[in-house]
Amino acid sequence: MYNQFHAVRLDYEKCKGCTNCIKRCPMEAIRVHDGKAQITQERCIDCGECIRVCQNHAKIALTDTMERLSTYKYRIALPAPAFFGQFKNNENIEDILNSFFHLGFDDVFEVALAAEVVASIVHKYLTAYKGEKPVFSSACPAVLRLMQIKFPELLGQVVPILTPMEVAARMAKEEAQKRTGLSQKDIGAFFISPCPAKVTETKNPISTKQSAVDGVIGANLIYKDIVKYLAKNHHETSPRLNKATSSGIGWGYITGESKSIGYGTSLAVSGIHNVISLLEEVERGELKDVDFMELQACTGGCVGGPLNIQNLFVGRVRLRHLIEKQTNQTSFYTDKELSDIYEKGTFKSTELIQPRTIMMLDDDVSRALEKMERIDQITNNLPGLDCGACGSPSCRALAEDIVRELALETDCVIKLREKVKMLAEEILDLARIIPPSMSDTSPKKEK
Amino acid sequence: MHERKDVVSSPCQPAANKPQLTLRFKIDEKDFLIAGESASKTKKALQQLGLKQEIVKNIAIIVYEAAMNIVIHSNHGEIKIIIAPNQVVVLSEDVGEGIPDIELAMKEGYSTAPNEVREMGFGAGMGLPNIKQCSNELDIKTTVGLGTTLRATIYLNPADTKQVETGTMYV
Repeated sequence: MYNQFHAVRLDYEKCKGCTNCIKRCPMEAIRVHDGKAQITQERCIDCGECIRVCQNHAKIALTDTMERLSTYKYRIALPAPAFFGQFKNNENIEDILNSFFHLGFDDVFEVALAAEVVASIVHKYLTAYKGEKPVFSSACPAVLRLMQIKFPELLGQVVPILTPMEVAARMAKEEAQKRTGLSQKDIGAFFISPCPAKVTETKNPISTKQSAVDGVIGANLIYKDIVKYLAKNHHETSPRLNKATSSGIGWGYITGESKSIGYGTSLAVSGIHNVISLLEEVERGELKDVDFMELQACTGGCVGGPLNIQNLFVGRVRLRHLIEKQTNQTSFYTDKELSDIYEKGTFKSTELIQPRTIMMLDDDVSRALEKMERIDQITNNLPGLDCGACGSPSCRALAEDIVRELALETDCVIKLREKVKMLAEEILDLARIIPPSMSDTSPKKEK
Repeated sequence: MHERKDVVSSPCQPAANKPQLTLRFKIDEKDFLIAGESASKTKKALQQLGLKQEIVKNIAIIVYEAAMNIVIHSNHGEIKIIIAPNQVVVLSEDVGEGIPDIELAMKEGYSTAPNEVREMGFGAGMGLPNIKQCSNELDIKTTVGLGTTLRATIYLNPADTKQVETGTMYV
């Protein structure tokens, strides 16, 4: 039985049973039954498309609350690069970083800085790489989960390096341990996340056994407190907290990662549906001339994450402004330090990304063929409206659900209407028949 | 998936003869998008049937390349993917110019694609070599001026190579 953590959840009370989410889900993972949406856990990749599309705000991301901080003696905030794009133009990175100290954190470590480390490792990896191209980014967990299910044959081309979030947590904790003398278990690293996929990644990681991130706070949850703090306080920090350069901060939006890695020909694609069509091209053997492919589930990259406050275009332009104003232009780590990190292989993935075969109709090919034949027959029989009123995202999906014994043909409202009509006509026909005993003419007149 | 109590269980009846499924794609001249679409739909079906990754990938490539050949070199045609428990046959039939020299056409990099097609990034002369590489058996029948029939077979189980009925060819 599949039993793994998923951050994307349904708020049962708020769900009105409309069919917006079922049509938008790239994995066809949602059905509406008994007036409520139900997420099929095995299929969900936590991309957050349903959170974005739900007008009733019934799709939510399960993130940690600030109370979780109290379980650790020393708390480190790990703000995602995209987080800096959520504030007004007059705010700067230094002030935003500083505000974490006033919200219960003892330290702050920029994920953008870890992104620069990852960029250097990936650059070196690509330089030495001799295998099949293109190589895919490992930064977006929703994309990796998509590939596990829909593009398993491309998994070998994913760069085997941990995400900037994971690297940030490890570096920050190690530093803190040295500085404070506390043991690892007393130090808590909290990622400030733009998306639910990162929450799932920390609870149930794909490319490492155990995540170093101890909690994930949604950007939406902490935003208000930071804005409140920034409204009153400005410029008081020393030494400087902001160590990341524009190269790392650029990971907050699509193309930033490719630019930061700066190796050969790269292609950057954002939006889960775009990612799917591009990966389809790659698996047909196209785009072999591309060295590196940056793939992000959210349109616009992490600034488009469903937990962000700002519209993605606003977030992106603000992040760009911050990058333009960025005075730090030399990398915090020296080339020597970065080379050492690469040589040691500290931030390599320890787990192979495993394919997940969940789309199968049956374990036996013959039986699967029979089922598919039935799906075809049923689909041809359905109206082809793809209206979603049955609770499945399309007529074909309903046919699949029927064959998988999860739905009935009469779940289709058009089919049901046809049946009711037939029944009504039959009733009418029956009602017109007068038994011979009641007939007012000769009983032998009609048969 | 969620169990539904109101659904009456109706298991698949085993078919009298061996089950076989055919996917069909009509391909028109210069319809470049249809090639990708056919390959994607084929892939989705094969994944649902639970075929091995490697086989799914190879068949998707065959379908794509065969469809591109029809798009580039013929007036119109059809691709059928016949799936049986022991093998998959990709049958591509077109009405068109035919292939004057098959041996030459099988060479990597040899292409007769018109310039406008090559400018679009297609017609690199890898179509037939790719198909050959991805299939266990490849059979091409062609008549210049009439058209081409291509039959690529992929065995799902190397021990079982009994041919399946694929219907008539029209060249």
